[in-house]
Amino acid sequence: MSQGFEPLLSALNALAGGLFLLSAFGMVATRQVLGCLRFFIAQSLLLAASAFLLGAAPLSAHLIAVGLLTIITKSWLLPWLLRRMVRQEVYTRREITQAVNIPSSLLIALGLVLGAYFLSAPWLPAGAAAGAGFVRINLPIGLAGLLLGAYTLAVRREALPQLLGLLAMENGAFFAGIAVAPGLSLIAELAVAFDVLVLAFVLGVLTRMIHERTGSTEVGRLAALKEEPFR
Amino acid sequence: MTTRILYNLLQVAVVMTFAPLMAGVLAKLKEMVQSRRGPSVFQPYRDLWKLFHKDEVIPEESSWIFRVTPYIVFVTPIFVTLLIPVLTSYPLFFAFMGDMLGVGFVLALGGFFAALAAVDTANPYGPMGASRTRMVSFLAEPVFMIVFFTVSFVAGSTIPYIVQQSWVTPLANFFEPAHVLLLLAFFMLITAETGRIPVDNPSGHFELAMIDESKGLEYSGQGAALMKWGGWMKFFVLVCIYLNVLVTPWGLAGGQAAGEVFLAIPLVLLKILAFVLVLVVIESSLAKLRLFRISEFLGAAFVTAVAAMIAQLFAL
Repeated sequence: MSQGFEPLLSALNALAGGLFLLSAFGMVATRQVLGCLRFFIAQSLLLAASAFLLGAAPLSAHLIAVGLLTIITKSWLLPWLLRRMVRQEVYTRREITQAVNIPSSLLIALGLVLGAYFLSAPWLPAGAAAGAGFVRINLPIGLAGLLLGAYTLAVRREALPQLLGLLAMENGAFFAGIAVAPGLSLIAELAVAFDVLVLAFVLGVLTRMIHERTGSTEVGRLAALKEEPFR
Repeated sequence: MTTRILYNLLQVAVVMTFAPLMAGVLAKLKEMVQSRRGPSVFQPYRDLWKLFHKDEVIPEESSWIFRVTPYIVFVTPIFVTLLIPVLTSYPLFFAFMGDMLGVGFVLALGGFFAALAAVDTANPYGPMGASRTRMVSFLAEPVFMIVFFTVSFVAGSTIPYIVQQSWVTPLANFFEPAHVLLLLAFFMLITAETGRIPVDNPSGHFELAMIDESKGLEYSGQGAALMKWGGWMKFFVLVCIYLNVLVTPWGLAGGQAAGEVFLAIPLVLLKILAFVLVLVVIESSLAKLRLFRISEFLGAAFVTAVAAMIAQLFAL
């Protein structure tokens, strides 16, 4: 209905995509656990913004519902759950230990983004068909978000940022998904959103257990075998 | 023809006149945020007046470099002013003398001589600050290059006057991800190049922690005045490039009439005031980074710039 709005919506969606990518970089680069969580919240909000923009052009209640669902579960319910589950001192600790230092980590992340663009290049629609502009933005950036989440998962040695990396992967997949397959039934999205919460819950409990056992949540330390003293 | 030369010289006059005022306003606003009274906004002018009327002391061991450097530091921003849009949106007489790469080189020349002069004195703090400045600026260099390449790729030109038109001609272009990411990267670059807060504390007086300030420690009298004035002008010029070329190319004079050009002066100053307000908020809410964290800060700027470039290249 709104052919005139399409370029502006597309540009705003591109902006959301750019910031989405930036927040994924932020999750790779930041040192604090709390900063990592904040970047994740920002990323989820941008994902929701993209869903709203996609749902506005040919008005689709389904995409708007996806956006609302994302806002509720990922930017409000999930941080609240994590705050409740994981002890406060994890958030107040300043430094996260990483397997790779941050400048090289950023460069690797950059390589991953380039790779994502090259990988998705053959599948991008070329013409000016309806929604082609959205797919051109969302597919590569979503793929890049997925790869960066996987990378965060791989290099962090702390349980909570690893969990956030996993959730960022899910964010990336969603970001690509809303543009590529906007017709996905709502029940699938609901199931995924619920899954995310269960995942966060389980990993939160796990983190808590690790913390009780070893006195810290640094997963890196678990690499060394520790024998129980003989009683 | 003659009017274009005159306007070009007017730009230089504007930069020379208002650069200290901008520094004064920035200092005053910062003091007000910290709920102190602070010096008057015209204090930088008084400082310059005082310094120009004082005797100059020159270290015995220093060579000609030490004496020449204040003039180079003072003159390089003036040269840059000839190349960039300060007041008008159409190219002036000297606009095609050099492009944005030229701007970068000319500004780097001033920094290079300032670093040499700092090493030239036997003061132990000088070389320390000089090497730190070099570290910061060689990390900032790739960011500048990527920003420059992306911007000129989009505009199809490297002349700042032509570049500024391409981002806003359809207004939707303003929201392109490449543009927004570039704005962020260039902002981080400005803070690094002019020694503002996340990278360096301009109002710190502790020599061991100094980065940018320690280069001028040995200067007194006229030399100190020229170094200070040059530093303010460099800051003013960089902010002008940022605002007039990248962020808000509005409010510049479009016609040849003298009234229009003079009307552009308060408009440009207003834009700079808005920028200074943002800067004050940042400077008052962030702490200075540890020295070896600067590489992370500039690494983030580099990644932002490259992400902008990728987004631009693949969006076509």
